[in-house]
Formats: sequence, C-alpha cells, structure tokens
Amino acid sequence: MSARASRTGRSLFLLAPLLLFLAGFFVWPLFSMMSQAVSDTAVLRLLPQSAEVLAGWDRKSPPTPEMQTALIADLKAVEDTQALGDMVRRLNSARSGFRTLMSKTTSALSDEADPPADLVSIDKRWERPEFWLAIADALSPLTDRNLLAAVDLGRNADGEIEHLPADQSVNRVILVRTFWISALVTFACIAIGYPYAIIAASLSGWKRDVMLAAVLLPLWTSLLVRTAAWFILLQEQGLINDVLQMLGLTSGPVQLIFNRTGVVIAMTHVLLPFMVLPIYSVLITIPKNLMPAAASLGAHPLRAFLRVLLPLSLRGVAAGSLLVFISAIGYYITPALIGGPGDQMISSIIAFYAIGSANWGMAGALGVVLLAATLVLYSVYARLSADEPGRR
Amino acid sequence: MKTIIKTGVLAAAAAVLAAGLAAPALARDLTVVSWGGNYQDGQREIYFKPYAEKTGKPVLDESWDGGIGVLQSKVKAGAPNWDAVQVEAEELALGCSDGLFEKIDWDKMGGKDRFLDSAVNDCGVGAIVWSTAIAYDGDKIAEGPNSWADFWNVEKFPGKRGLRKGPKYTLEFALMADGVSKDEVYDVLSTDEGVERAFKKLDELKPHIVWWESGAQPLQFLASGEVAMTSAYNGRITGINRTEGKNFKVVWPGSIYAVDSWVVLKDAENKDAAQDFIAFASQPENQAKLPEYVAYGLPVKEAAAKVPADLAKDLPTEPANMPEAISLNTDFWIDNSETLTQRFNAWLAQ
Amino acid sequence: MRRRRSFLLPGGEKVAEGRMRGPALCPTARAREPLLAEFIRFDRITKFYGPLCVVENLDLGIGKGEFVSLLGPSGSGKTTLLMMLAGFEQPTSGTILVDGQAVNDVPTHKRDMGVVFQSYALFPHMTVGENIAFPLEMRGLGKAEIADRVTRALDMVQLSAMRERRPAQLSGGQQQRVALARALVFEPRVVLMDEPLGALDKQLREQMQLDIRDLHRRLGLTIVFVTHDQSEALTMSDRVAVFNKGKIEQIGTPRQVYDEPATRFVAEFIGETNLIEGVVARISGGEAAVRLASGAEIVSAVSGGVAEGATVYLSVRPERIELAEARNAAHNCLETEVTDSVYQGDHLRVELAAGSHPLIAKLGRRSREFEPGTKVFAAFSAGDCRVIAPPDGQRQAAAS
Ligand SMILES: Nc1ncnc2c1ncn2[C@@H]1O[C@H](COP(=O)(O)OP(=O)(O)OP(=O)(O)O)[C@@H](O)[C@H]1O
Ligand SMILES: [Mg+2]
Repeated sequence: MSARASRTGRSLFLLAPLLLFLAGFFVWPLFSMMSQAVSDTAVLRLLPQSAEVLAGWDRKSPPTPEMQTALIADLKAVEDTQALGDMVRRLNSARSGFRTLMSKTTSALSDEADPPADLVSIDKRWERPEFWLAIADALSPLTDRNLLAAVDLGRNADGEIEHLPADQSVNRVILVRTFWISALVTFACIAIGYPYAIIAASLSGWKRDVMLAAVLLPLWTSLLVRTAAWFILLQEQGLINDVLQMLGLTSGPVQLIFNRTGVVIAMTHVLLPFMVLPIYSVLITIPKNLMPAAASLGAHPLRAFLRVLLPLSLRGVAAGSLLVFISAIGYYITPALIGGPGDQMISSIIAFYAIGSANWGMAGALGVVLLAATLVLYSVYARLSADEPGRR
Repeated sequence: MKTIIKTGVLAAAAAVLAAGLAAPALARDLTVVSWGGNYQDGQREIYFKPYAEKTGKPVLDESWDGGIGVLQSKVKAGAPNWDAVQVEAEELALGCSDGLFEKIDWDKMGGKDRFLDSAVNDCGVGAIVWSTAIAYDGDKIAEGPNSWADFWNVEKFPGKRGLRKGPKYTLEFALMADGVSKDEVYDVLSTDEGVERAFKKLDELKPHIVWWESGAQPLQFLASGEVAMTSAYNGRITGINRTEGKNFKVVWPGSIYAVDSWVVLKDAENKDAAQDFIAFASQPENQAKLPEYVAYGLPVKEAAAKVPADLAKDLPTEPANMPEAISLNTDFWIDNSETLTQRFNAWLAQ
Repeated sequence: MRRRRSFLLPGGEKVAEGRMRGPALCPTARAREPLLAEFIRFDRITKFYGPLCVVENLDLGIGKGEFVSLLGPSGSGKTTLLMMLAGFEQPTSGTILVDGQAVNDVPTHKRDMGVVFQSYALFPHMTVGENIAFPLEMRGLGKAEIADRVTRALDMVQLSAMRERRPAQLSGGQQQRVALARALVFEPRVVLMDEPLGALDKQLREQMQLDIRDLHRRLGLTIVFVTHDQSEALTMSDRVAVFNKGKIEQIGTPRQVYDEPATRFVAEFIGETNLIEGVVARISGGEAAVRLASGAEIVSAVSGGVAEGATVYLSVRPERIELAEARNAAHNCLETEVTDSVYQGDHLRVELAAGSHPLIAKLGRRSREFEPGTKVFAAFSAGDCRVIAPPDGQRQAAAS
C-alpha cells in the first residue's frame, strides 16, 4: 500500500513540470480570460456607499442629494489610482464621456481650498440620469454585459435582452466572416496541400527535402515580410497581374488585393505548412506496399487511391484542416494588410479591446465566444472523425 | 486571441515570480522604447548611444506599436521590463489618470518653460510634434489637392484614396471635407448629429478608399500608384523623399498634429535613470539634431530655433505650416474612442 | 544417386534425367525446361537500378501449376524479379511472357496475378471480409457472389470467425492467411509470394508451409515463391532456382540442388558441405578419380563439363561420411584425426582434420562418442560425392 503510494508520489513528481506547464500556460490563461469576461468588480470595489444609496433609486429621476454625497464620499476615499483607472474605464465603456467627467470631478474634489458644494456644480453632466444609470448597472460583481455585447446583444432599461442598434452591431457579422474566411483558407490548403503532400511522400532523397523545405520556407520569414511580399505580388501593377496580362488571360488588371481573394491567397500561403506536414506525416506511415497490393488485386490507380490511400490519409487531412482552421481564426495582421474593409477578422476587434483600450472584459468575452464556437466545430470534427473508417 | 494569450502568459509569469521560483533577476539595463523604423534609428544615433557613452552604462532600445493595454499589463504584472517609453497623447492621458506612469521631475528637465505648452504634462515630457496630413505624388499630380474637400473630390482628382483604418483622424477629416471649419471640428463631432454627418460624408468616399493600418503602407500605396493620394504621417513622407528621391508632397492645411511624449513606467527598475535619460533627450543641443533624421517638430523651444531653415520647412511646427492645421483633441478621443471604433467597424462591415 | 532420384514426382523424372546429359552443370546454363507446359517465361531479362545491375540477362521458364522457389542470399535480385513479373517494376531489357503473351506493357491491375507480400500489405482500414472482397469488387462481381466467395475463401484458410475483425486485431499467422485468401480468392493465373513466412515463428512457419503446399496441390496453382530460407524452399517447391548476384546459379528439383550442386556457391548455400580441392586424374564411366594435395585419390560421381587435369572441388555432405576404425576398401577412405565432437540432439557432429584439411561429419544419434585426438578413417562412397567444376575462367586456366 505504502509502496504504491510512494510510487504515485514519484510519478506525480515526475509529472509536475508538465502539470505546472499546463496549468500555467493553458488552464490559467483560459480561466483568467473567462473570469475577465464576466467579473465586474471595478466599480463596486470603489463605491460601496453609493452602491447602498443607488439601490433605492428609481433609475429615472434626477440624482438625489444623498446619491451625490455618497459618491463624493466614495471618490474622496479612493487612494489607488490604478483601481480608479479601472473603474473609469469600465464606466466610460458603458457611457462615453465618463473619462473626462471623472478626471474633472476628482481633481475638483481634491481642491481643499474651495470644496465644491455638490457634483452638479462641478459638471452639468452629473444632472443626467444616464451617467448614474451607468454606475447603477455596474454594481453587481458578475455581469453578462460583455458576453452579450460580444454577440451584439444588450440589456435595455428594463433589463430585458435585446439586439444592440445596427450601428453597434458588428461582432456577429465579423465572427461569421472569420469562420467563413477560415473555411475558405482551409479548403484552399487542402486543395493545394494534399496533392503536394502525396507527391512529396512519394519522392525520396533530395527531391523530397526540397519539396518539404519549399513548404516550410514561409515559416522562416516573419509574417510581416511575407505579407509585404504578397502586397508586391498582388497589387494592380504587381507581378501576378503583369504575367496574367502578358499571357493575355485578362485585358486589364485583376483586383487581387484589398479583397477576399488576396486574403485567402496570402493566408493559404502562410498556413500551407500546417496542412502539408500532418498529411505528409500520415502518408509516410502508410506502408508503401498497399498501393501495389491494390493494383495487384485488380484496382485501377484511381480506384486504388479512392479506396486505399484516401481513407488512410484522411486522418492527416482532418488534423491539418483543424490546425489550419483554428490558426486562421486567430489571424488579423494578414487580413488587415491585404484585405479590404470587408475582410476584418474577429482578432483585430479583440486586439483593439485588449491593446488599444485595455478593455479586458470585452476582449475576454469575445475570446470566450470564439472559443465556444471553435469547441462546437471541434466536437463536430471529433464526431465525424470517430465514424471515419481510417481509425482503429 | 493573441493578446489574451499574451496577458495570460504575463500573468503566469507573474505567478511564477510570486511563488519565488525564479531567482532574483539580475539588474536590468535602462530600457528605452520607441516607435521603431528610421525614427528610432535616428534616436539611437542622437540619444541612446551618446547617453550610454556619457553614463558608461548600456542602453537597451526596443520598439512597440502603441496600445494602452500593453502598458497596463506590464505595470499591473509588477516590475515592468521597460523604463522610458514614448507614447501618444491618448496613452499619456489614459495612463496618467490610471496611475501607470511615474510623475515627471520637471526640475530635472530644466523647467516647464523650456517646452511648448502642449508638451508639458504631469506624467510626460513632449518628445516630438508630428502630423497626419494628405500626401500625394508631386510627379504625378502637378496641381495637387489643397484641402480635405479636394481629397473627397474624385472627379477632379481621379484615383483611390488611402485612409487609416479607424475612426480617429478619419472622422475629423470627413467633417473638414464637409465644410466644417477647423476650429469647430471637435464641437461638431461631440454631438450625435456631428458623428452622423461625418459617417455620411465617409459614405460618399467609401468605394474609393483603400484602408491602411501600418505607417509604412500609405507610402507603399502611393509609390506603387495604388492610390492617388492618402493620409500619412509627415515624417514618413519627408523620409521617403530623402531616401528614395521621391517627390511626395505634404498638404499642411487640414493636417492634424499631436505630441508624442516620453513617460516612465510606474515602479520601473530604472525609473530615475529613465528621467535622466529623458532630460538628456530634452537638451536643446541633442534634440536639435533630430530633424536631420526625421521631419518631426521639436517641443523644446531652444532646440527648434537651432534647426536650419532647409530642414525646418518640413516640420509641423514651422510657422508657415501651422495656420490651417489643428491639434488632436485627446480628451475627445479618450472619451469616445471605444464607442466610435465600434461604430466605425459596423460602418465598415456594411 | 540415380536410384534416389526416382523418388521424384512422376513428371519430374524425365527432366531430371535430361539434366544429367545436357550442359546442365555449366554454371551459367540457361534455365531448364519446366515440368509442365510452359506458362511464364523470362526472356533475357536485365534490370538496372541506376548503374547497379540487379538482374543480369536472366532466362527462366515456369510451367503451369508448378511451384517454383527463388532462393538466394539477400540482395541477389529475387524480389526484383518477382516485382517485374507483377508489373511493379519494368525490366531494363528483355521480355516477360505469360501464356505466350508479352506483358511488359500490361499495367499491374490487368495482369491478374495474386501477390502475397512479405509484410502482408493488408488494408488496415478494412475488415478481414472487406480485404478479401476487395479484388472481387474491383472485378465488378455481384454482392451475393462476393459474399459467397469470401465465405469460401475464409473457410479455406480457417478464419471464418475473424471476418469482421480488422487486420490489427489478428495474429501474424492469421494475417498471413488473410493475405493468402485475398491473393487466391479471385483465382489469379499466378500467385506470387515474397517471403510470406518471414515474420512468423518456426512452428507457425512450418504449419503454413504445409498449408500452402497443400493449397497448391488442391487448387493446381502456379506459384512463384521467394525465400532465402533453403529448408523452406526444399520443403515446398517442385523446383528451386538458386540466385546469386542477379543470376541463376542452378535450377532443379530440391533433390538435385541438394545432392548435385552444380557450383561451389550452390553447394555451400544449400545445407552444409565439405569441399575438398583436387585435380582430376582420370575420368571413366561416369566416375572420376581426383587426386588431393595429400596424394590420396578419391573416386567420385561426375557428369560432363570436367576434363582430365582440371582443378576441381569435391563436395561431400557431412551426413554421408561414416567413421571407421579400419580402412574400408570399398569406399573412399581418408585418414583423419578427431579435433572435436559435439552432441546436438538429433545428431553427433564430429570435426576432423585430414592432414591440414578440415572435415565435418554428422553421425547418427546412436553413434559412439569420439575423443579428440582419436585416429579414425572418414569413409564415403563414390555416389555420395560430387565433382564440382571450376568456374569458366579457372576451368580454362586449368585446361591449358
Ligand atoms: N528501388 C530500388 N532502387 C535501387 N536499388 C534497388 C531498388 N530495389 C532494390 N534495389 C537493389 O537491388 C538489389 C536486389 O534487391 P532485391 O530486393 O531484389 O533483393 P532480394 O534478393 O529480394 O533480397 P532480400 O532477400 O534481402 O529480400 C539490392 O542490391 C538492392 O539494394
Ligand atoms: Mg526481397
């Protein structure tokens, strides 16, 4: 019994680096992303008195003197400027204008010589219920606001869920578009990568090395350089258009850049290795004599391919597709630089919230939605590949 | 997605540090962060290297692409690995009110009076004045555009237009194109009708716009003939004229200028050295060399006075370039950036 | 010798006799006529891989219903020959004829040959039943007929219970039998097997050898069987073709290649043998007297191709040697000294020295033990001994 326990202990000890790695680089980021998306304590933490008073407010009438006094007291008690920053960011994201309003208010409140009578005397905006409503709505520690907003929903004044107005509704469109572009890129990668991998696997020696190196090459240059190179090739006076016109295939330049075509071409190029390598690695494990065997049993090469090679390599295609699709979902530099206005992908929105405005809640919520959608797709894939005959 | 992972990694790294698993870090050299490209190459020659020589200690320089989120996650994780960072006006305002930056020791900088008013801030010292303006190829268009109305006029000036993908600048330009005078731009934009009006005006030009995202793109577009004219950063335009012998013109009327500032990250290991470095970079004799490398205006008045006339004519701070230009309204953008970005993206997706 | 050869299959006798007269002992001899009506012919086949000559100007005929083994050391070109017959490889020159038709330009899938690969080459994603049905589907047979024939094929290899399993769920021997069933189910003109038993353990191997031989007899199949295991070749085949460096050294019945090795290579490759060098002193009436270096003279059976005065080898199988205390006048008799003796269960292995020349004898289990140092006489009859002609070049040198 104790020997077994000590063995378990030892194996746990040996596993520890892996577990720590998984926890640190996988579980923890996911957990923090999800909690960012729903936690909403930035305001509640700093405004405990206002929270009590606001609970009795009818959410319509102008602010009462008690509300103003409570808020003044709360604001005066704040010492941590970073926490104040978080609160202001949270409020400003619900109601534009809070930034300047708050900095005006806090600096007026810190003026010992001439203390303001009430908030309205500092800024007229404090008269308007909308600003107080923003505070009142930010006082519960958990919120579905970010998650709803990530799919273009919001709560109205009565707390019912409804669509956001059209000029604020963009996430769904972009999300669907992101999946669509990723799917197109995945198909393009299959169409090019599968035959490529078959040829590479059927060769040997330096020819195989050259083919694999050629497909790996894009991984050795920076994404930006690759994207810039595609700009040069695809532009109106670019190499591809010149060649097309020289061959007389087109009369004028074809628009290849700043649209979907360009995005798909450039992303396919960048992601091709992730399709070719898994397929290739499955192909080289397929015994070399299966295709000759099929031929000796009377199968025409095409039928032999359909009945033997294709089903056996489907696992590689599925793995490659998953890799390409999921990587594609996360792309934003290439679509941003090569695509047109209609090719913005969800990651650029996430990047804006995270980097541009430090709104981790929204960034996290969009991340959660993306993750959920991806998991759904993955489960579909898992179902399909479980039925697939190539698996043992 | 990427950034989320990045923050996660930062957080995880912080957790590891907190757990005391990491050995106490060796003292880090002063790390200065700027915007890269030939601008940073110039800064390296006139600021970083001479300062390292003067103090006898190495100066590390890194580059970044902006974003308050980057600074916030560095400061929040504790012990940021950057000391002095050059930030845009919005990041300065946001970071200062959020407590991400150290307060500036203005005595060290030689007093506030030595600087332009707009370059003085509790948390930041102005480093450059730069401008976003219309650029066109003087070799292709003899009689170039003079205003944003011309920019919108695709009959008179056929060809595509380049604009930065995002609401900032774009909405201001649209209003000016619609006849709003430069002094009223932000008043109009502060109203819902004004925003409506700006987007309406953008609708007109939408089919002709090629959006750019990184500062090198608009000039690439212009050089390849992809666009007839574009908005661009003035330093880049002058730069490409000097290095590649182009004849790209800057249209100063209607341009929007802004100040970039040096800040010191809160609780950075070398925060004192960082302030010393900023003081060094603010000495007139050092700063005056900058226009040789890149055409940005100098916030130190004495330094600006030392710039020879042939270089000064390309600077946003040159009096001849100033009258029709406007200053970026940082307050407006820190209040409205998120809402307007959302709205802009929705408009773009239509 | 001749009496023993009559144990052969009835059809074999004629050929075997013929072999004794013709230039069969010439090591580069053309392949012998098949037992039955010729069905497959390799006509001056040469195969190069780049600069490497793998099969050199090879002629070989195989009769209908015959079981021919290709036996030879690794790298001698056996697989290559089989692959050319199956159509996976093209000969560099020469013609392959099947049933009188040149098949060089016929693609594999139209050659109608069942191939059993060394590693079985079963389709891992199909069940046993599907694997066996595959060639029938390719021939467009109806569902019912396919099911019927699969059932019969499975019965034949006694695997009916495994029909729904995947190959990975079978033992090596079972997989082997599936591969066999799959190669036979469509009743091909020829069955080609490339070391099909290589991966099996000894017992299973011997069982499968009998099974395959049995199938061959029952179905009247034409089988070309590649192996580098000499006992396997001897057990199973009607004829054995011994390969060396892309050439056939000798082809004949198992008994011929064992008892009458035509070349030193064959003698050494198949079984163990004693090779004694000497010079032919006289030839008369199918027997030759060969003088050894020690001066002793040995009388041996001989068949054409050897001239008086030629330097030759004598091959004597160890089990044909008897040890005697006294000189035996009726036999060839060499004076030797025992250097070692090892009891090996089924026989006693005695190592001897005839002067400086080592000899090996395998004695019956019941034989008495020999102490090292004992002086004994090694005796063998003229019929248990073969004269092996030297290779072409040496023969001329010796003759001149
Ligand atoms: N595809 C090929 N390319 C080049 N050389 C080859 C090729 N296939 C076989 N060879 C060479 O041809 C020679 C004969 O090979 P083969 O496979 O016919 O030998 P084998 O008699 O079947 O040997 P084993 O008993 O080891 O299977 C070997 O030297 C081998 O290296
Ligand atoms: Mg072989």
